[in-house]
Amino acid sequence: MDAFIVISLIKIAVVAFVLLTAVAYLQWVERKVIAHIQLRMGPYRVGPHGLLQPLADVIKLITKEDMMPSYVNKPLYLFAPFIAVCMALLSIAVIPFGPTITVFGYQTNMQLTDLNIGVLYILAASSMGVYGIALAGWASNNKYALLGGLRSSAQMISYELPMALAIASPLLVSNTLSLKELVGTQSGNILHWNILHGPFPQIIAFLIFLIAGFAETNRVPFDLPEAENELVAGFHTEYSSMKFASFFMAEYLNMVTVSSMATLLFLGGWEAPWPAAYGSNLIPSAIFLVAGLTALYHAANPARKMDKYTLPVFGIVFLGIAGLFLLPLVQSWLLPLFWFCAKTGVILFFFMWVRATLPRFRYDQLMGFAWKFLFPVAMLNLLVTSFLVAWFS
Amino acid sequence: MPSSITEVYFPVLVQGVIAIVLAAALIVLSYVLGKRVKNKIKDTPYESGITPTGDARSRFSVKFYLVAMLFILFDIEAIFLYPWAVVYRELKMFGFIEMLVFVVLILSGFFYIWRKGALDWSYSDRARGKR
Amino acid sequence: MDVILFLIFAIIAVVSAINVVVQTHPISSAVSLIGVMGSLAVLYLLLGAEFIAAAQVIVYAGAVMVLFIFVILLLNAGAETKRGRSFMVQLLGVPLLIALLGLLVFFVDRLFPRSVTVHFGGFSGGSAQAVGRALFTTYLLPFEVTSILILIAILGAIVLARKELD
Repeated sequence: MDAFIVISLIKIAVVAFVLLTAVAYLQWVERKVIAHIQLRMGPYRVGPHGLLQPLADVIKLITKEDMMPSYVNKPLYLFAPFIAVCMALLSIAVIPFGPTITVFGYQTNMQLTDLNIGVLYILAASSMGVYGIALAGWASNNKYALLGGLRSSAQMISYELPMALAIASPLLVSNTLSLKELVGTQSGNILHWNILHGPFPQIIAFLIFLIAGFAETNRVPFDLPEAENELVAGFHTEYSSMKFASFFMAEYLNMVTVSSMATLLFLGGWEAPWPAAYGSNLIPSAIFLVAGLTALYHAANPARKMDKYTLPVFGIVFLGIAGLFLLPLVQSWLLPLFWFCAKTGVILFFFMWVRATLPRFRYDQLMGFAWKFLFPVAMLNLLVTSFLVAWFS
Repeated sequence: MPSSITEVYFPVLVQGVIAIVLAAALIVLSYVLGKRVKNKIKDTPYESGITPTGDARSRFSVKFYLVAMLFILFDIEAIFLYPWAVVYRELKMFGFIEMLVFVVLILSGFFYIWRKGALDWSYSDRARGKR
Repeated sequence: MDVILFLIFAIIAVVSAINVVVQTHPISSAVSLIGVMGSLAVLYLLLGAEFIAAAQVIVYAGAVMVLFIFVILLLNAGAETKRGRSFMVQLLGVPLLIALLGLLVFFVDRLFPRSVTVHFGGFSGGSAQAVGRALFTTYLLPFEVTSILILIAILGAIVLARKELD
């Protein structure tokens, strides 16, 4: 019992630290990705390749003037960013990053806790996220904020329905609400992942889940609540300093949750695309090897003056990671972690790519799309799936 | 391995405490560290630089209310799908028929409100529906 | 541990419930009500009813309360004005409340004898699987009737909003 508590606390501390760092750097990655798509450099001044930019941003935001306008409803004005961050942080507790592993003789899951109702827990936490936005909009006592908050909450509840239906479809195949068991039912090779699993591949459900996920996290093309050209900054118009940043933190945390949920539900979680017998264990090493060699090559032919010093460091770090993946001692937990992070990372990259590419919806199109297209299609997909599963069982 | 329900949910509880502390810390920190300058003009709601007019809290389209109401109803439907999905392997075709009856009844309501124009958000949509 | 958790969340529930009544602004009351729903969900969880706890949060805290808040926004309801209370109300209010609660406790205690004692972790039929098995075999008819109930509610919603839609 005591060992269990100690291990749990260690895991929670590690996960919280990694998650918060990852969220801070997600912002950096996003700025870099969008910059490169638009042929810009992105953050480059603070630290090598702008790597210290997130730290600089946090310091700046914390020391900015903390406005407390006199016309707002004070308790709710403060409560809104609080609840947004709280609910976003709660979801991570049930996300599994890997299988059960043995560390120093203790068996433990690579997950904070494995709930029997893990999927519903995530749904519940995300359904509470709507209050942060609705209350922020209302408490601000500003026309733009109120319109933005109201639009956003109506949007979030509308897209929650197709999302709930899209989640239910793969569950028909997997028959469990525990996220760990969910991945267990998809083990083997890529054909067992729910997105390709027979009798009815869940590609449609996956797409609906992703689209609804974009809308739930208020990302482009569904960023109506903060449509600059009509609503200034939407529900957070009247927020400043860290309270303002809280909403962004919640947004990025929700992005991580949605991406990892897509990975767990449809893409086989931490499972490799094909069995280790056919060499899937070597893929991470190969990827990092190529990355390291590329960095070293560019260090030898520097395009900018700084590159002569920074790129060799990156190259050596990448080569070191490539070597780490070959050590049998750490392979048991590093490989699942790699596959989980790789799949989640690809979806997160997709989030950023879409932001750099697509224009915004009009509000009536947005609501019409949720109710008149996504919801019926998700329902139909669910019924077809259930029919085929019953037919072939 | 955890066994009792308290043990299983213990990490969730700790995570909840961490979430509360962290979220509160963000708000308190910026309150403590940031300096404050107040003046009368600054303390007005932002309305694109124009003097604010009227009350910010005006009444809204009934559409939002309708969406929230329909959301509850379909959300209840959706929550029924989960216990059904997890025992689907045992129910098989019987389960499919059960859910088909349930869903068809609700979907008939859904298509009725669609026909009635409750899902149209723009006036042009509604005008097309009337035609 | 269980008892401490129960007490913490029971107190949160009761305090939030009192806050619903005490707050003058409807939005603040609604937010307190979300607190009540949330802590009730935790109490369900402590009893072992995991699925019900999740459903409580998703349906009540996540959907019904959104409707409440939308209605308050829609009507643009302001803070309720406090009227001066009459002398009789000030004098008799609290004692009468205590008397009512006392009577309630007395009758509940009398009419529903403690045939079974509730203890934490004693109930294991609360998983989604158990609920599903019960709902889709034993209680199939109530389940199907629910769909008619929802259908009627959909029609009711459209009737309520029809005047404004046209």
